[in-house]
Amino acid sequence: MSIRVGEAAEAPSFQKAAHMLLKDDQLRTNVRHATDVITQKRSHVVAEQHDWQQLRDAGSAIKAHTLRFLDHYLDQFEAACTAAGGHVHWAADADEANRIIVGLIQRQGGREIIKVKTMTSDEIGLNRALEANGIHPHETDLADMIIQLGHDQPSHIVVPALHKNRRQVREIFMQAMGLKELGDRPEDLTDAARRYLREKFLKVKIGFSGANFLIAETGGVCVVESEGNGRMCLTLPDVLITIAGVEKVIPTFRDLEVFLQLLPRSATGERMNPYNSLWTGVHPDEGPREFHVVLLDNGRTRILADHESRETLHCIRCGACLNTCPVYRQTGGHAYGSIYAGPIGAILTPQLFDMEHSQSLPYASSLCGACYEVCPVKINIPEVLIHLRGRVVREQQSGASLEAIGMKAMARVFATRRRFEAAQRLGRIAQWPFISQGWIHHLPGMLGNWTAVRDLRPMPSQTFRNWWRGREKGNSND
Amino acid sequence: MMDVRGNFPRSMRISLFITCYNDTLFPETGKSVVRLLERLGHQVEFPFEQTCCGQMHYNTGYQPEAMPLLRRFVEVFKNAEAVCIPSSSCVAMIRDHYSKMAEAAGDAALVRDVEDLLPRVFELTELLVNKLGVEDVGAYYPHRVTYHASCHSLRSLHLGDLPMRLLRKVRGIKLVDLERIDQCCGFGGTFAVKNGEVSAAMLEDKLRCVVNTRAEVCTAVDNSCLMHIFGGLHRQGAGTKTVHLAEILAATEEGMA
Amino acid sequence: MTETTSAARSAIFDRIQKANSSVQARSQVADYAAISREYQQSASKHRAAILETFAERLREYDARVHQASSMTVAEAIRIALAEHGQHSALVANAFPKEWLPDGLSWRAEADAEVDAMDKAEGAIVTCKVAIAHTGTIVLKDARKLTLLPDRLLCVVREDQVVETVPEAFARLQSLATDALTFVSGPSATADIEMTRIRGVHGPRFLDVVLV
Ligand code: SF4
Repeated sequence: MSIRVGEAAEAPSFQKAAHMLLKDDQLRTNVRHATDVITQKRSHVVAEQHDWQQLRDAGSAIKAHTLRFLDHYLDQFEAACTAAGGHVHWAADADEANRIIVGLIQRQGGREIIKVKTMTSDEIGLNRALEANGIHPHETDLADMIIQLGHDQPSHIVVPALHKNRRQVREIFMQAMGLKELGDRPEDLTDAARRYLREKFLKVKIGFSGANFLIAETGGVCVVESEGNGRMCLTLPDVLITIAGVEKVIPTFRDLEVFLQLLPRSATGERMNPYNSLWTGVHPDEGPREFHVVLLDNGRTRILADHESRETLHCIRCGACLNTCPVYRQTGGHAYGSIYAGPIGAILTPQLFDMEHSQSLPYASSLCGACYEVCPVKINIPEVLIHLRGRVVREQQSGASLEAIGMKAMARVFATRRRFEAAQRLGRIAQWPFISQGWIHHLPGMLGNWTAVRDLRPMPSQTFRNWWRGREKGNSND
Repeated sequence: MMDVRGNFPRSMRISLFITCYNDTLFPETGKSVVRLLERLGHQVEFPFEQTCCGQMHYNTGYQPEAMPLLRRFVEVFKNAEAVCIPSSSCVAMIRDHYSKMAEAAGDAALVRDVEDLLPRVFELTELLVNKLGVEDVGAYYPHRVTYHASCHSLRSLHLGDLPMRLLRKVRGIKLVDLERIDQCCGFGGTFAVKNGEVSAAMLEDKLRCVVNTRAEVCTAVDNSCLMHIFGGLHRQGAGTKTVHLAEILAATEEGMA
Repeated sequence: MTETTSAARSAIFDRIQKANSSVQARSQVADYAAISREYQQSASKHRAAILETFAERLREYDARVHQASSMTVAEAIRIALAEHGQHSALVANAFPKEWLPDGLSWRAEADAEVDAMDKAEGAIVTCKVAIAHTGTIVLKDARKLTLLPDRLLCVVREDQVVETVPEAFARLQSLATDALTFVSGPSATADIEMTRIRGVHGPRFLDVVLV
């Protein structure tokens, strides 16, 4: 099986990538601004939803239940979708999904397709596979267009181009659309996108989408969006192909009442996003006359098998954990070396795909817990991160890394009172060479990362336990 | 001394889990806890066999190494009437992970011991307000102070306004709000070393907010965050210093004189 | 292709069953029924307050709201269109013709090709249900008609307005396999510097006539 997550195989470690990105002031200003705006809007509309915690509980419970009976619900979805005139395909990994999709397009004789934002297609590297087969994908989501036309990588799962400001977008558009003039107000840029894409929407015969929810009960699909490009791709073409991870299925139509309240408030801070489209197979009077859905595994069933981290599959890709994450807010999404950035990326990427760089991802967090607090489906991301750190340590099995040696030594020190007290004495002696004017300004090795920006107060001459001991003996002066 | 409901709480025997780094690096904090609790009429004991809760090992991925430390903690404090811990992150480690770890070890007796002990484990402000029922501990601290809510105190223990309720009753204190109080300072245990640069960038944001308060003192319920914040403040030459909340609550007029 | 996909299918199902072999304590039906749904599922406000919330939410989305009685729908539509200087419209197949004002040049959805929709001044439709809490109207079919023209006018009967999202889903259950579109305000994006811009690809103008 060849599981793939975008271009992640070639990515550098989080630390290396972050080192470069922290120098990009423009990018950091843009990321800061965007995440500030969304988190503010989000907290406003979450605060007014008095049953928010109950909705989170239900959302999390529905997802956990679905995973327990995933085979049942996938089976039910397949049967219902097929009965409604749809075609269901199964893909074990990225390559298989790409093969199926390219095959479907070629059978139609298609040379181009219109696409609405789908993270899953980025995960499998679909655009590259299409282009290799002479098929041109037009990204139609404004942000995806900015990324595609600018030959860039997405940096956020909901607002992929949030690292670009209006002037940067203007330049990309002018160049790619061959415009001589273009204003830099968001209105002007949006208008340019509207004119550029309208003609494509009316002409291209094959549409491609992701799915926010697959409904087992009805065989229906739900896509949530803002701009209307999704509706264009879902209704105008003759043929529609949808890709979805197997974890996107939910049991019933009614369950949407939970997720359609959780998702928009979490994702964009709106009470409801402008458009939700729901369709079931092929509808006789309008819309595509052929509908295919490709159900993708690509590592998901492997996550399911790990009971300590399967809740990762609850994710509805709202992006709230990214916006609130103090680490993401410093580096932006590119540091994560994967199309899945931020806290969810730090747990999802290394589980989907055990490439080397992903071993650095579970450590790209201070475990501050902000992600868990906002997650609409209550994924305990810090717990999963810790679990994955354990896996990384086990897999680096050598046991010979400096860190592992240090950690094991520390564990032995803490194992007995005698060793602990001896270490306290030793530490006070060992620190002498580093103290100047009552502070430590430089330390060697890994600890130098501490003193790069912070001073350290040396160990005081008396530990607490020594003070206590003296006090018990009755010779304490305080 | 009376509690908020006007009752005189009976004197308790409180076992102090000072934590390894407070023991070694911040003895003043432990001394303050002792003074404070004794002043409130309680009896404090310090079991010498204690070392570390295992948080650093556990959170860094060395979970098997944390297991003996769990056993040790349970062994040492099993019979305590109440355990007081002046570090929210260590309480979080114990409360959020010990049951799960004991279960994973398949040790039913240990699971029982842990479940039995957990309700008696308190972070300092929890102990004072929720268990002992005091908010006014009779402290005097004539300084301009800002409170930093550490991540574990906020999102794991859900201390809410407990620390502020205690601080508001301190005589002479001038409290100033910290902007973006819920933002992580960037410490994160081994994160500060493993991702030193990102940690430093987060610290920079935190320092800006702290300096903006023009406070003389930045306080918190975790010396780990404070060590990181003070280290940054000192490097920048800022005048603000950091002091654990216990030290503020222990301070009295007599002590000042 | 059928072969490889069915091979993939059985491999995926195998892995799922293995992963779940130790977790299914009770039946799927019982497990589903045990999901706690403590969130609000029915109305908590008076009718007047619900309708007021609905109108307010719509206005916050930059939609225009027009009040009418069953006798004055046609007049309200006439006024709404006149405000845009609009003289013609495409009309959804299911729309009651007696509500169309005189003097409006209209054409039925069924007679219009995509090109005609693209060039039309606006579209007129009814909805199936409306949600006050989120300012949402739910449309059945007419997916292209309500997308391509730059202006959309929807007539909403007061008895179609519910307070909450769960109430709407209860009403929509019988339409669960139809093509449904939830519309909450005009099309919009905030992709550039988080500035909300009205109308990217869908209609830029939304008028709601509340009957
Ligand atoms: S992990 Fe939770 S908060 Fe993060 S994107 Fe997924 S659903 Fe949203």
